[in-house]
Amino acid sequence: MSIVTVERKVLEKNDELAARNREVFRSLGVFVINMVSSPGSGKTSILERTLEYLKDSLRATVIEGDVQTDLDAQRVAKLGVPVVQIITNGGCHLEAKLIQDALGTIDLKGVQLLIIENVGNLVCPANYDLGENMKIVVASTTEGDDKPLKYPGMFRNASALIINKIDLLPYVNCHLEELKSNALHINPKLNVFETSCTTKQGIGEWCMWLKEQVTSKK
Amino acid sequence: MHELSIAQNIVEIIQQRIPELEWKQVTAVRVKIGTVAGIVPDSLKFSFQAITAESALCNAQLITEHIPFRVHCCSCNTTSVNEDGFAMCGKCESTDIKVLSGTEMHVVEIELEETARVI
Repeated sequence: MSIVTVERKVLEKNDELAARNREVFRSLGVFVINMVSSPGSGKTSILERTLEYLKDSLRATVIEGDVQTDLDAQRVAKLGVPVVQIITNGGCHLEAKLIQDALGTIDLKGVQLLIIENVGNLVCPANYDLGENMKIVVASTTEGDDKPLKYPGMFRNASALIINKIDLLPYVNCHLEELKSNALHINPKLNVFETSCTTKQGIGEWCMWLKEQVTSKK
Repeated sequence: MHELSIAQNIVEIIQQRIPELEWKQVTAVRVKIGTVAGIVPDSLKFSFQAITAESALCNAQLITEHIPFRVHCCSCNTTSVNEDGFAMCGKCESTDIKVLSGTEMHVVEIELEETARVI
């Protein structure tokens, strides 16, 4: 028997492509966020509210990732924001290669903010760097307060946590302080925002923070 | 089930490192999987077997080594193992910590029968 020593990261290829994407974004001065969450947490609704709030002050473009359909891209396009839909055909996450391919179809010149909405999945997208500046994880109150403990990977790698559907707190079995505490146990550096896309509570605070990240990274 | 895509990446690493004529001789590939790498070892083994069964790598067995989530506390200067994945000191609960291990997802080595090779 002979042994070949390898010592290589399994996702080395993805990481290399992500580094290339990151270099493209850096050279064009585009700030990139990768939005991750379970399905139905309200990522697309937050995206709509965010674009409504920021579109007059920031030039934004969106990449939508979904297993099937371009329904989300249609919602974003209605706001007059350029959008590309990636359909993964069963794939449970976006990879750096899919983003690289999508970059061939969009013009990023002059774009300040690229928002990538990942496939709704609280497990798989955590492992795949896309070349983004930061991951934003969304957790909604209807999912309960224990999700950060059950799916820690997604919270560990994120820079901000948006707790969405805050208006439903009186009706669901979710304790806000417990949810925050659980998330901060996994990642003490998380910036936490509380939002409702229905009442628009907290949207302004989140958007102002995001805008500050975009402008301060220039 | 991203383990399938992870298994595909492992197969590609083997194919890059081992000449095609020797793929049948690969008996094992050892990978390190950290506690917080987000991988279920059994799912990874199942996926690896599924995609190699009909190929020249059909003799290869995936062997996983578990790497615990270890953190060093910068406040009380102790090292603790947190298998719950909490980013805090296991002794004083400070969050001023450095992660020492547990995020790994590495291919460590590939074993082949017969032919001796040195790389």
